[in-house]
This record gives sequence, structure tokens and C-alpha cells, in this order.
Amino acid sequence: MTDPLRAAIRGLFCASALCAVLTAPVLAAEVPAGTKLADEQTFSTSVGAAIGAFDPQLAEDTDQSAVINNLFEGLYSEDDKGNLVPALSDGYTLSDDRTVYTFKIKAANWSNGDPVTAQDFVFAWRRAVDPALASNYAYFLGLAGILNADDIVAGQKKPEELGVRAIDDKTLEVTLSSPRPYFPMTLTQTTLFPVPQNVVEAFGKDWLKPENIVGNGAYVLKSNSPGEVVVLVRNPRYRDDAKTVINEVRFVTITDEAQEVARYLSGEVDHVGVPTGQLPKFKAEYPNEVTVAPRLCTYYFDVNVGAKASNKALTDQRVREALYLAIDRDVLINNVLQGGQIPAYFLTPAATAGFTTPDVPALNMTQAERNERAKALLAEAGYGPDNPLKFEYIYNTGEGHKKIAVVVAQMYKETLGVEMTIRDMEWATLLDTRHQQNFEVSRSAWCGDYNEASTFLSLVDTKSTQNSSGYSNAEIDKLLADSATKDDPTADYTRIEQILATDLPIIPVYHYTSNALMKTNVKGWPYDNVEGKWYAKDLYKIAE
Amino acid sequence: MIRFILRRLAIAIPTLLALIVVSFILMKVAPGNPFTGEKTLPKEVMANIMARYGLDKPEWQQLLDYISNIVLHFDFGPSFKYKDRSVTEIIAQGFPVTFTYGMWTFVVSTVLGVFVGVLAAVRQNSWVDYLSLGITIGAQVVPVYVVAPLLVLIFTLWLGWLPGGGWNGGHWSNVILPVVALSFSLVASVARIMRSSMLEVLGSNYIRTARAKGIPGYKIILRHALRPALLPVVTYLAPMLVYVITGSVIIDMYFSTGGIGSAFVNSALNRDYSTAMGITILYGTLTIAGNLLVDLIYAWIDPKIRL
Repeated sequence: MTDPLRAAIRGLFCASALCAVLTAPVLAAEVPAGTKLADEQTFSTSVGAAIGAFDPQLAEDTDQSAVINNLFEGLYSEDDKGNLVPALSDGYTLSDDRTVYTFKIKAANWSNGDPVTAQDFVFAWRRAVDPALASNYAYFLGLAGILNADDIVAGQKKPEELGVRAIDDKTLEVTLSSPRPYFPMTLTQTTLFPVPQNVVEAFGKDWLKPENIVGNGAYVLKSNSPGEVVVLVRNPRYRDDAKTVINEVRFVTITDEAQEVARYLSGEVDHVGVPTGQLPKFKAEYPNEVTVAPRLCTYYFDVNVGAKASNKALTDQRVREALYLAIDRDVLINNVLQGGQIPAYFLTPAATAGFTTPDVPALNMTQAERNERAKALLAEAGYGPDNPLKFEYIYNTGEGHKKIAVVVAQMYKETLGVEMTIRDMEWATLLDTRHQQNFEVSRSAWCGDYNEASTFLSLVDTKSTQNSSGYSNAEIDKLLADSATKDDPTADYTRIEQILATDLPIIPVYHYTSNALMKTNVKGWPYDNVEGKWYAKDLYKIAE
Repeated sequence: MIRFILRRLAIAIPTLLALIVVSFILMKVAPGNPFTGEKTLPKEVMANIMARYGLDKPEWQQLLDYISNIVLHFDFGPSFKYKDRSVTEIIAQGFPVTFTYGMWTFVVSTVLGVFVGVLAAVRQNSWVDYLSLGITIGAQVVPVYVVAPLLVLIFTLWLGWLPGGGWNGGHWSNVILPVVALSFSLVASVARIMRSSMLEVLGSNYIRTARAKGIPGYKIILRHALRPALLPVVTYLAPMLVYVITGSVIIDMYFSTGGIGSAFVNSALNRDYSTAMGITILYGTLTIAGNLLVDLIYAWIDPKIRL
């Protein structure tokens, strides 16, 4: 079991006594003694498109979160390994029924000099669920278990009834609807960051303009030129500014993959992604600059098995298992994707905190054995040369997805004689088609909202809005409901994966890795943080 | 003349209205909405968002609201994707960038194209003609998305003279590569049109008469041949002007200029209805204005044309 969950659970055992939650935290750039720092401390990283609003409560994608993580600070943040570390929190007490958290807040100021108070949290959290703001992430507070959150979003209660209140300027009380062991982990999400009430109220949506914005993070917004570059500079009023090394952070928009590499090589950016399928080439040419790290994401095929399934063949478990077994994931990864991905035989990535990988049969077979078993299963289900299985696979337009579709179709054809036709559609169209359950098999992927297995496993919950395969299993639903309040749901999670590996409403293909090129003089990057959370205040550049 | 302009402006209004209605319908017909994402939103959350942006109203109502906001308040609405910005702000930020490199491209392409075209025509069938013809044919068939990476390879990676992208407030070093990349095929087109039209004029009777009178060659070209020979070029310049100032999507995406081209593509992909509509209206207006401008220039160049 890795650390955030353990940390959270350790937090539980401190119930009713103010206690420091965690081990010695990494809070700033840790520059080893004797290191010669570079004169210029500017860090620039590339993003794929113009970045949306830097509003903690409105943030919905990773690029926005990356900027906001440097402009604002919540109760907790993460260290280089993804462990929970206190940010503004000075520890908390937990009620005996484990539903009321009382946080002490550290002394800290906003970038305009005002103190950060518990009231700023209350304001921000009410704002997040307020139907008037209409945030995409409004549901996140319900997910975190905060009392009345879902009712407020549904318009049945007022934002003032949210389970959060300021006891005094430095004490925040949060009430949950039921015990949620993972609650502290949700506090690193930007949705639960504080915002300066007086500034937001004074400027309305213009509060995010560079001339108005006020934050409490290690950096402040200097300029925003959407589609070109966002520039942050050091915030001298940050509570831990003395330990910050990087003076300027630049988020450079680069849409074209080849252009990313060109601008990296010309020294315009320090950190870019490796173009799809080119990892081996870059590893050979720039061995010291290429990095490969596991991510909390899984690539899978969604099989329509619900009431709306148009292809009844796919509702036969044996057919799905054959399709699951006959994908040669090693060939796919080593010869097609070439990005160091991890073969997936179950949904939740092994790197997920507190997750014990299930021992599914496919793991212990060679590909030849899997193929044999797949053939036998398909024959048993009544498909063969005279009666070939036919279905359609849809995916969103993209070079990488197309390669996978073509190669898998070929594998199915050769191994099983299955005819899989492939059809690409534009992203928004695919999402719509999938939500309407108007498909046979679809490309799909999921990245964890937080570092714990339930963020993946709740995808197959009958009532989940994400469940587009139409799958429903009473045992899984019950296990998921129970695990939400258990101290250690590890065994439940493993059990769910075992059921899934038998029922296979989804066919896992691979777990993502993030491949990047990073200049060798940049130090302190959190490669082991599987959520890809990074804070520029932890980085530094050495003289070369 | 004034009547002509007024009449054209009067026609422009129904044209723009039709443009708005057609694009509105097309956008609504496309599957998905601005808020469909990988993570399906709970229906309560989605309902709040739809209400916030007025998307819960009947569609005819949405269209009427949209048009009346534009007419009465010159308000193109909030962006559905960039929630802290209005469509007007997005255009105000992106358009000057695109306009700047677009105008430079226009000037460079026109001046260089006319010059090369005239030179080739005057020295017809000489090595100058063959060389310029060869280069322009080559340049015309190479698309921007091939030229741009080549330029970056040469000037950014090999020579290290110019940045590979970004805008930097319109610093000259950031403007050069987009302008060169975009001008490349335009210079070629202008030069080829100029050359053939110049050859035609040079073969006409009045030029022969002028020659017979003993007027020096450069004077014949500048005073007598150039103006009539420019007519076909002008026809080409108007759409070219609109094309360059509305921005090449490829240039904006490739060089990350922050121009309006990438905002347009992203808005269409994100189903950011309001932004896509706003930019479409801008493009429509510019096209109409560009065509009007050409008609006026026509009349100025060729007195035979009466408006």
C-alpha cells in the first residue's frame, strides 16, 4: 500500500486529537548543499492548446490545474511521490463518528497582503456548488462527501447549507454526510482551494485578469496571451517564498508535436512531451533527457452490453473474453505505441495508491495460450470460419488511435477470424455516441480524479454517468457502496477487478505512461507522482 | 458611387443574417455540446450549466436572443469554453496578431509578386523568365504546412537566428517566419498572374504605338502597361487580403501566435458555439468588405468601369 491512502488512514487513527498528519513533508525546492544554481531561473513547459480560466472552482483539465497549482494553494498538496503533504493545513481533528474534520489554518497571506482566512475556504466551497457559477466540477464536493453538496447542486438546498463553516479566522470545520477515508486526498484538487472573497466579489469574472487576480500560491500571474504563452512570476508574499528558487514559470502553447520538439531543441522550452511512437528514437538520441513515468490512466475498449446493445453477440461473456485474450498487448506496445506503456489486463493501474493488483488468469498465460483459449471460447459461443463474428469499433480521430484499431483488427482477424470494422469520428461526436449507447465497441480511456482505485472502479457502477457500456452487477455496486466508508477497502477493490476480469464489459488494453523530454539542468521534477501534479516552487535549475 | 456603396452595404445585412442562421443551424446539428467531456457530468450539474448559458431555452429563442444581443448591445456572448472571457475579448486579443502578420504578408506578396511578374514578362523567354517561372511554380505547389517546418528547421534549429514560435508582443523576430511561410505561395500566385497579364498588355496595339513613337521602355511599362496589367491581379488581391488577415489556421496553430485562426479551430472542435459564431461573423464581414473594396479599386484603375 503506498502512501496517500495510508496517510489518510493514519489520519483516522489520530481522531479527536490535534495531530500532524504526515511524515516530514517536502515543501519547497530541496537544493542539495554545494549545488551551483543557474543564473537564470525560468522554467517553461509546453501545453497543447490555449488554457481555460485560472479559476480554482471552474478548472476542469490538467493544463488549468497545473497553472492553478502554482497560483493558489489549498489545505494539502502532494510531494514528488504523490504523498499528501500539508499546505495551508496545520493539522486537523476528526470527530468520533469520523464525519467532522476541524482544520487549523496556517498563517498565510494573499498576494495583495490580506490574510488567508477560513472564511475564504467557506466562500470558495459554496461557490463551487452554487448553481449560479455552474461549474463542471460542482459534483466533486459530493464525491468528497461534503454534507448537502449534491442537494445544493440539484437546487434543493442553498449554498449556505453546505457542510463547511468558519469557526474563527483560522479554524475551518467540514462536515461529511458519511465517513470517507479518502476525504483528505480530495483536498489537493483545485476545486477545494480558497479564493479571495473580496476580490472575486469586486471584479466578477474579470477577477482572473492579470491586473486583478489575487492568489495565495508561490507565483502570481504576470501575463496571459491565450494560445501563445502564460507567464507567472514569483509571489514575494508567499508564506514559503524564501525557499522558492524558480523565478518565472512559462506555459507555452504548442499544438504541433514536431514543433514541440523543435522549440525544445532550440531552447525555447525546458519540458515537452515525446511525439507518439518516437520514444525509441529519442531514447537513443537524448538518453539523459527522456523520461518515462507511469500515469494514472487506462486505455480500454468499452463493449456495449446493456439493454441498448445492438449486437447481441457481444452480450455473450465468452465472446468478450475471447476478444480480451486475443489482443497481443506486447506487440501493440513494443511495435506500435513504442512509449513504454504497461500492458493492462485489469482496469486500475498498478501504480495507484493502496491498490493490490488482482491475480487474473490472463496474467499467467503466454500469448500463445491466450490465443488458444480465445479460439476455444469463440468456437464454444458458436462463431467460426462459417459464421464469423462481426462488429464495429469506433474511435476518435487520431493517428495513434487509428494504428491501434488497425492492428487489433488484424490480430482479431488472424487469430480468431473475427471481422472488426473500424470507424473514426470526431471527439465530440464519439462522446455523444457513447453517452447515447449507440455503439458496439468503442475506444475509451480514463484518468484518475484522485490517487485511489475507486476513481477507476466507480466507472462500472450501475448508477455512474460514466458507465457507457450499460453494465450492471449487483455485487460490484454493493462492494463500491461499502468500500466508500471502510478504513481499508483494498480487498474489495481487488475483488471488483476479479469480477470485471471475468465479465469484461470493458477490455483493458494498456496503462499510460508519460514520456517527456526534460532539459538536464532542471531538477526536482516529481517523476514519481502518478497524477502528474507538479509545483514550480519545488524545482530549480543548476548551472551547467 | 455613394449610391453604389450604400446599396452594397444594404445587401450585406441580409447576407450576414443568413450567415448567422446557417452557421447556428449547422452548429446545433453537429453532435455533442460545449460541455460534453470525457467525464460525463451528472445531470444536475449539466442542467445548471445549460441554464447558466441559456442553452435550456428553445432553439429559436436562443437564435433570437443571440441576434438581438449583437444588434442591440454588440455583445457576442460569453465563451463557453474560456469561462472568464467573452467572445469580443477573444477576438480583440487574437485579431490584432493575425492582422499584423496578415498585412505584412499582403504587402510582401503583392510587391514581390508584381515585381517578379513584371520582370519575367519584360524579359520573356530569357533565363530570368525561366528561373522565376520555375521558382514560382515550385513555391505555388508547396503548402504552408511544408514550408513552415522547413523554415523552422533552417532558421531556428540550424542557424539559430529566429525563434521557432510565439508572438512576443509582435517582436520582429517572431513575425518574420509566419510572414515568410504565408507569403511563399502567394508571391508565386501574384507573380504568375502578373506575368501573363503583363505579356498580354505588352502585345497590344497601343503599346506597339507607344514603342513606335520612341518612348523609352521603362516609361512604357510604368506609365502605360502597368495599370491595365494590374487589373487581374487586383481581382486576386481582394480574396487574398481577406485570407491573410483572417489568418491562416495553420500559421496560428503551428507558430502558436495566439492569433484568431487557432481560436476558430478550437472553438469548432470544442463546440464553443458563441466563439465559433463570433469569428464566423467577423470573417463574413471582412469578406463582404474586401469584395466592396475590390470593386472600388477596379473603378479607380479602369475608368471604363462605372459603378
